[in-house]
Amino acid sequence: MPSEEEIYQEHILDHYEDPFHQGPLAGETHAHEDKNPLCGDVVRIALKVDDASKGGAAKIVDCAFEGDGCVISQASASMLLEELCGKTVDEVEAFSAEDMLKLYGPRLTPNRQKCCLLSWRVIRQAVHSPV
Amino acid sequence: MRLAEANNAALLPENLRDDFPILAQTVHGDKPLVFLDSAASSQRPRQVIDAIVHCYEHDYANVHRGIHVLSERATDGYELARRKVKEFIGAEHAHEVIFTAGTTASINTVARSWGDANVGAGDEILLTPMEHHSNLVPWFQLAERTGAVVRHLPMTAEGLLEVDRLGEFLTDKTKLVAFTAVSNTLGTVNPVAEICRQAREAGVVTVVDAAQSAPHMATDVQALGCDFLAFSGHKLCGPSGVGVLYGREALLEATPPFLGGGSMINRVYDDRFTPADLPAKFEAGTPPIAPAIALGAAIDYLQAIGLERIHAHEQALVAQAWERLSAIEGIRLLGPSPVEHGADIRAGLVSFVLDRPHAHDIAQLLDNEGVAVRAGHHCTQPLHDRLGITASTRASFYLYNTPAEIDALADALAGVRERFKPSGRKRRRRVEDF
Repeated sequence: MPSEEEIYQEHILDHYEDPFHQGPLAGETHAHEDKNPLCGDVVRIALKVDDASKGGAAKIVDCAFEGDGCVISQASASMLLEELCGKTVDEVEAFSAEDMLKLYGPRLTPNRQKCCLLSWRVIRQAVHSPV
Repeated sequence: MRLAEANNAALLPENLRDDFPILAQTVHGDKPLVFLDSAASSQRPRQVIDAIVHCYEHDYANVHRGIHVLSERATDGYELARRKVKEFIGAEHAHEVIFTAGTTASINTVARSWGDANVGAGDEILLTPMEHHSNLVPWFQLAERTGAVVRHLPMTAEGLLEVDRLGEFLTDKTKLVAFTAVSNTLGTVNPVAEICRQAREAGVVTVVDAAQSAPHMATDVQALGCDFLAFSGHKLCGPSGVGVLYGREALLEATPPFLGGGSMINRVYDDRFTPADLPAKFEAGTPPIAPAIALGAAIDYLQAIGLERIHAHEQALVAQAWERLSAIEGIRLLGPSPVEHGADIRAGLVSFVLDRPHAHDIAQLLDNEGVAVRAGHHCTQPLHDRLGITASTRASFYLYNTPAEIDALADALAGVRERFKPSGRKRRRRVEDF
């Protein structure tokens, strides 16, 4: 069993208290919201996607999240957006669940992995969900 | 005389702890286990575990049909358990006790059998806002099948049913009122007898979810005046996989069976069947034999201690928990206050939310201190919606919990909130930011 020290590492609490791009996103082009039915964690991710009409790959030029839930679900959303902001849609799709768990850091039990992977599931839907 | 005096004395959980081998362990290294999740599923005493082992080692075979000694012993044990349940809840006849897989199966049985036969389009099913999903979804499904309408008796902001308004909701279309005796989230003890009385006068059938009451306080279906009553073995020091559906004889007799199969038949022909008499009519297939026998042992165990003493003990723990937890800054305790409404308004559990962190983080951090609680919506999502929260943390108590464990919960909880108070943390910026 992971211990408290492992799950709530300092950098995670930092993200929880001082999240990356938390709030509404003016001019969002894509968005998706989902929740973790077990615990009620909810995350909505809004994206501004450059649609590649000028050539080149479709790219996340800006993003933000809103949500409510446990430290793991909210801190992981912040960490995910910080990681993927500025990346291409292809890079978002290539970012695996394993990458997400690695980005988070501490080893999580299967139940808490669901909290950690919530925002990862949401962003994969969001890139295909124009508003 | 001496025994009677002893039975009236306050329950001392320390004297019972040795009966529950699972509680005598440390977790996460050297933390003594503080088990405060009995409302989800209780632990069971050695007496119950021994009954299961004894059944499988000495007396197990399929029941009712075998012409051999093991089947006779198993059948005797199974039917003895039924009579113990009958006495436990004050039923008039043992055949009014149906063994099921649990409360959920019991309620679904009523919905599928009595419900399908008696509820039609436009009829009303009355529920309450504090029901467990297992006392909501079967009725929603019944409403979908039949075109019936689901209504809810109102509840006050602090979590008391507005029973004085019950008359408005018992219309000439109301067929059924299904409600919990004790809320698994709020801890509210509902006035079951009063609701049943008004329903009976209006000719409305009552279904009582006793999952959270039967383990903790005396149950008397005659005094309650209910038509159906359901509870589970595993919350009552018994095994999982067995539960009880009580139904009044006349209702059960008039109700067609739901599950079809072996045991529930009188005679099967090429293209039809005639159902068995009660209780077999509602017990298709091989029943939970050893679990039912062990449920009988659990009932013996609880009755030797006394349900009144168990209830009084839990009320004392709730009073202590209420006092200790209310002192924690940023906490919101759910359900009616025992200080304001008296101890009888609550059963042995306390649910709460902290302003921070989330219920799951609280449970995780308490677990690290050895304190096992429940976090989430406790299968009462509509109630959580009504309370304006997504999740809560629940500490629930049983006969084996001690005042020292309530202190351990309160101390650990105060530490959790302290740990998550805003402290001016700054994330290390990795990319350009707002």
